[in-house]
Amino acid sequence: MIPRIYIPGDSGSLALGAEKVAKAIRAELAERGIEAKIVRNGSRGAYFLEPMVEVATANGRVAYGPVKPADVKSLFDSGFLTGGHHKRWLGAPDKIPFLAKQTRLTFARCGINDPLSLDAYKSLGGLKGLQNAVAMAPADIVKQVTDSGLRGRGGAGFPTGIKWKTVLDTTSERKYIVCNADEGDSATFADRMIMEGDPFVLIEGMTIAGIATGATKGFVYIRSEYPHAVATMNKAVEIARKAGVLGVNVLGSPNAFDMEIRVGAGAYVCGEETSLLNSLEGKRGVVRAKPPLPAIQGLFGKPTVINNVISLASVPIIMDKGAAFYKDFGMGRSRGTIPIQIAGNVRNGGLFETAFGLTLGEIVDDIGGGTATGRPVKAVQVGGPLGAYFPRALFDTPFDYEEFAKRDGLIGHAGITVFDDTADMLKQARFAMEFCAIESCGKCTPCRIGSTRGIETIDRLAAGIEPEKNLALVTDLCNTMKFGSLCALGGFTPYPVMSSITHFPEDFKPAPARVAAE
Amino acid sequence: MTMQPASTEIASRTAAIIQEMKGLEGPLLPILHEIQEEFGHVPQAALPVIADGLNLSRAEVHGVVTFYHDFRARPAGRHVLKLCQAEACQSMGSDAVAAKIKQLLGIGFHETSRDGSVTLEPVYCLGLCACSPSAMLDGEVIGRLDDEKIDEILAEVRS
Repeated sequence: MIPRIYIPGDSGSLALGAEKVAKAIRAELAERGIEAKIVRNGSRGAYFLEPMVEVATANGRVAYGPVKPADVKSLFDSGFLTGGHHKRWLGAPDKIPFLAKQTRLTFARCGINDPLSLDAYKSLGGLKGLQNAVAMAPADIVKQVTDSGLRGRGGAGFPTGIKWKTVLDTTSERKYIVCNADEGDSATFADRMIMEGDPFVLIEGMTIAGIATGATKGFVYIRSEYPHAVATMNKAVEIARKAGVLGVNVLGSPNAFDMEIRVGAGAYVCGEETSLLNSLEGKRGVVRAKPPLPAIQGLFGKPTVINNVISLASVPIIMDKGAAFYKDFGMGRSRGTIPIQIAGNVRNGGLFETAFGLTLGEIVDDIGGGTATGRPVKAVQVGGPLGAYFPRALFDTPFDYEEFAKRDGLIGHAGITVFDDTADMLKQARFAMEFCAIESCGKCTPCRIGSTRGIETIDRLAAGIEPEKNLALVTDLCNTMKFGSLCALGGFTPYPVMSSITHFPEDFKPAPARVAAE
Repeated sequence: MTMQPASTEIASRTAAIIQEMKGLEGPLLPILHEIQEEFGHVPQAALPVIADGLNLSRAEVHGVVTFYHDFRARPAGRHVLKLCQAEACQSMGSDAVAAKIKQLLGIGFHETSRDGSVTLEPVYCLGLCACSPSAMLDGEVIGRLDDEKIDEILAEVRS
């Protein structure tokens, strides 16, 4: 048997030097005259171990990581092609604690094999959901998704099935499925991992959505900052078309569905669904007022399902294993699993898919292993740049849409950024306003003007100018932005600002006092 | 200096791109990406041609081009270095990394070095948040930036 070596090729692993490792392994194979097959898989998401190289042995896969090019010679000397021991030896990948503790439903296949091998996809359970769907009535598919309790994983948490039902019930000669892959929130990379590591699951999910609602055309709107994801998705769509997964007869059924990959142009606000639709239409990515809902008048005025990558990628397993199977995971009204992305200043950073319900403390301390710098955790921002900063005192908050809302936070796209005790929360609050000012689409006043006035007011606070008055002003401004903005950009920017002020008041004391305190 | 194509050449190449892509649903963004790919920026001379080709007003086309951060009004340097400045990278010292690179290159964000070798830009998230601080050099991703990697980047852009 020719040895098989798996070297991740997703952009996260590439950023950590996977290409150099692959080159070193190829050179070493050539020098030793060994014939081996190199497979470029996606990442399993344990980025603190990337580049994680795996070999297929008689006793299953054995992983090594993080591998540096300088390790390659000694890996061969240690007999790593047959699972030999080495300082980078990690054992069976699915036994690595960070991976073993997860419940992988949406990410079941991600990182295991060549993302562009449709055969590998099928051998790991792919296309079963779609096969079931083509034999079902649209209303039954929608019911199954509704019953699963799946809610929009993009951040808003709106029940996916209800959105689909609205589109199904709206009569139109043309309908669209739009996948929101404009994953602009810092600390989030789940969409990127799926598109680079298991693209067919997204294609399958979108196709099911099309069959369920009567839409025949889909668009994936991917941000331009993700060139690797764009390339992989384009290739995957081409392969799916050739294999008859997409086209006029999906899997040989009378259902037609095809899709196109579109690339954004560096506007964060296009992650908001209505501005994304405008952008797809070739307009400025300004937010639309709702109603009308996109489900009734969406892309080009037609009924449109617009869902996040992870929402759509979770559909195939629901259609394969059933609504009850999926719903069985989770807590309260947050059902199923959520891919938590642990990022920033954290020792064990990566993607951790699990049922809802873990506490923030368990995620940061037990799974994340505390900070990378080894200093105490000061704050954790949950939900990206529009999410609240949580102090250690709130680490008992369970990961659940409603529980986070109760504590003036949101889980958003489930990204978590860890900060150590060197973080200056006034600076973080200022950045939230600054980011809003840079990215505001300019349509509504609270967001467009409020963000700039917010920066100025926080600067006055930092300079110690009338602190009480300016603090009251920021609070009032946040209130206006929260309730007066058209979309989540202006509406949620107050979360990081107000949570910083509420939980870390010492960082907002006048400058002379802050210097004296240090 | 990079040779700039004459405006008639821009117009004819733009018209060819429009011809090829105008059948797409919502063709403006794909067309603008293609034009930027072709010329390295979106030249002013292309705008009236797009407006004509898609039956839009020039103001509408101008509005779209200027809305998106990606579309350049003038060509970038030979290399484009994007440094992530979003929260996850901030938590790992992206401010200090940016300050160091700015000092070493002698330019700030949105600026091109005088010799035209490199354009420096901030980017808000590359999705490499578990490998912070991160950067992208000409489409190649780089994670866990440290002094050694900064030196490698600078050597590359100066070569």
